[in-house]
Amino acid sequence: MAAVTLLSTKGLTKQYAGLTAVSNVDFELPAGQIRALIGPNGAGKSTFVGMLSGRIESTSGTVRFDNRDITTLPAHRRIAAGMAYTFQITSIFSALSVHENVALAARRASSRAVNRRVTDALDRVNMTDRQKHIASDLSYGHQRLLEIAMGLVQQPKLFILDEPTQGLSTSEIESFIQLIKSLAGDTTILLIEHNMDVVMAAADYITVLNFGEVLAEGTVEEIRNNQEVQRAYLGTSHA
Amino acid sequence: MIEQIRTSLFHLLLIAALAGLYFILPEYHSGVLARVMVLAVYAMGYNLLFGYTGLLSLGHALFFAAGMYGLGMAMQHLDLSSSLGILAGLITALIVSAVIGFLALRTSGVAFMIVTLMFAQAGYLTILWAGEYTRGDEGFVIQQSQRVLSGIDLSDAGNRYFAALVLFAICLFIIGWIVCSGFGKTLVAIRENEERARMLGYNVQRHKWLAVIASGVISGAAGAAYALLFGYVGATFATVQYSIFPLLYVLLGGAGTTIGPLIGTVFMFYLIDFSSELTNAYLLVAGVALILLTLFAPQGLAGELRKRVMPWLP
Ligand SMILES: Nc1ncnc2c1ncn2[C@@H]1O[C@H](COP(=O)(O)OP(=O)(O)O)[C@@H](O)[C@H]1O
Ligand SMILES: [Mg+2]
Repeated sequence: MAAVTLLSTKGLTKQYAGLTAVSNVDFELPAGQIRALIGPNGAGKSTFVGMLSGRIESTSGTVRFDNRDITTLPAHRRIAAGMAYTFQITSIFSALSVHENVALAARRASSRAVNRRVTDALDRVNMTDRQKHIASDLSYGHQRLLEIAMGLVQQPKLFILDEPTQGLSTSEIESFIQLIKSLAGDTTILLIEHNMDVVMAAADYITVLNFGEVLAEGTVEEIRNNQEVQRAYLGTSHA
Repeated sequence: MIEQIRTSLFHLLLIAALAGLYFILPEYHSGVLARVMVLAVYAMGYNLLFGYTGLLSLGHALFFAAGMYGLGMAMQHLDLSSSLGILAGLITALIVSAVIGFLALRTSGVAFMIVTLMFAQAGYLTILWAGEYTRGDEGFVIQQSQRVLSGIDLSDAGNRYFAALVLFAICLFIIGWIVCSGFGKTLVAIRENEERARMLGYNVQRHKWLAVIASGVISGAAGAAYALLFGYVGATFATVQYSIFPLLYVLLGGAGTTIGPLIGTVFMFYLIDFSSELTNAYLLVAGVALILLTLFAPQGLAGELRKRVMPWLP
């Protein structure tokens, strides 16, 4: 399958005073793929996707998205070009209603049929009955799902999710996997995930980061049997 | 859509009530209310930036004064008519707020407060410095013969009341419309969580800049109207005090509500009026009342109303 590349980076690097969080990463993501990005805590995963979405400025390297160089584009223009992003630490409009949270995400793309699109997106995360709730009154898990709905409603070409299942219940994780799979084909997904069950169940392909560098890439099977990956994981408290 | 209609209806009722009040109130109070409505417009402009966008400026007197001096200087030195004077005031406020907004928005938070304060102070000093034309501290009077707008004599108390009401009504509808629009909701999103708004694809910086401009022009409209209706232009209106007033009005009345600025202005005006009758230490009375209010109604009067009984309040 000669899939089109939706997103790629060359030599992408982020240096914080003295510390290289992401080092010289070449990365390629074909359109339609569900890609998991894994690695121990502090490996540079959040920093890496932050540089894709423009939230974090890169020190050097380039990013291409949808056939153009977006390295110098500010974050809001990258999002407008078809990316959606959910934060590792839930970031929603706490004081506003669930409906308005999703509507804000929907309206930027197009002000037409907002209500219907909001309802559709909330339906996909099973939250239609909570439209009128104030976001801060929701449980932690529901706040995470709300943020996912805010991404879905934008119908992004690329959906970047930073540890979305953190804090979800087992049944919520199960529905999340179904949700991600249902997007396959239309939406390209870049998923940072600690829960290996989710990775195994949902991902087509895996990239492993360690100390800011790509340690390995491959199918679920290949990664599972990779000695280096096992060693990297055993070296930390995370499995 | 429903929201837009409900908001408009609510505002229409309020304006009808204000019109009716003129015929009920004794002359003293309708005179106060005319002044209050103009200052409430100033507070509404301030509220757009502070209450809806979450940007605390300490330099709005500059925009108020821009409108006031834009109109005053044009009428005094260029001999323009009232209507062209209003236009000159609005354009001055537009230019000043566009420039100040562009510069001040390079900062945020406390730095934004300080920078706006400094700019306003610079504006005030400029007015004093150009005393030859502005008559500095002393200010100047706009002649009664000039204060005529399309044949209506604005120095007449009744005409003045209804002119103030028309201005108030126009601004209230503009604000109501902004607040219900996608633009207004984006401002609220920026106030609530700027990073999230940016990462939903909104150009946060540009929205803030437009908010400063809209806020500045409305404040300038109030300044121009104040000069025209009350016939005086003076540097007092460019002082820090006049930057603090709209903040107080809005805090008291309810930040981020359309009617809060009016409520806050009425309240402050009568509070000072009433307490200065009781005692010389009227500022103390006013201060205590303010403290009580912030303790028991931290969201302002209209904010509490919205929280307790009228959740739909725009
Ligand atoms: N703003 C920052 N300033 C300094 N160091 C940072 C900053 N953000 C992240 N880091 C460091 O960069 C490294 C990578 O962090 P991060 O990308 O959050 O890792 P991950 O998401 O894989 O857990 C960590 O060592 C972290 O401490
Ligand atoms: Mg992380």
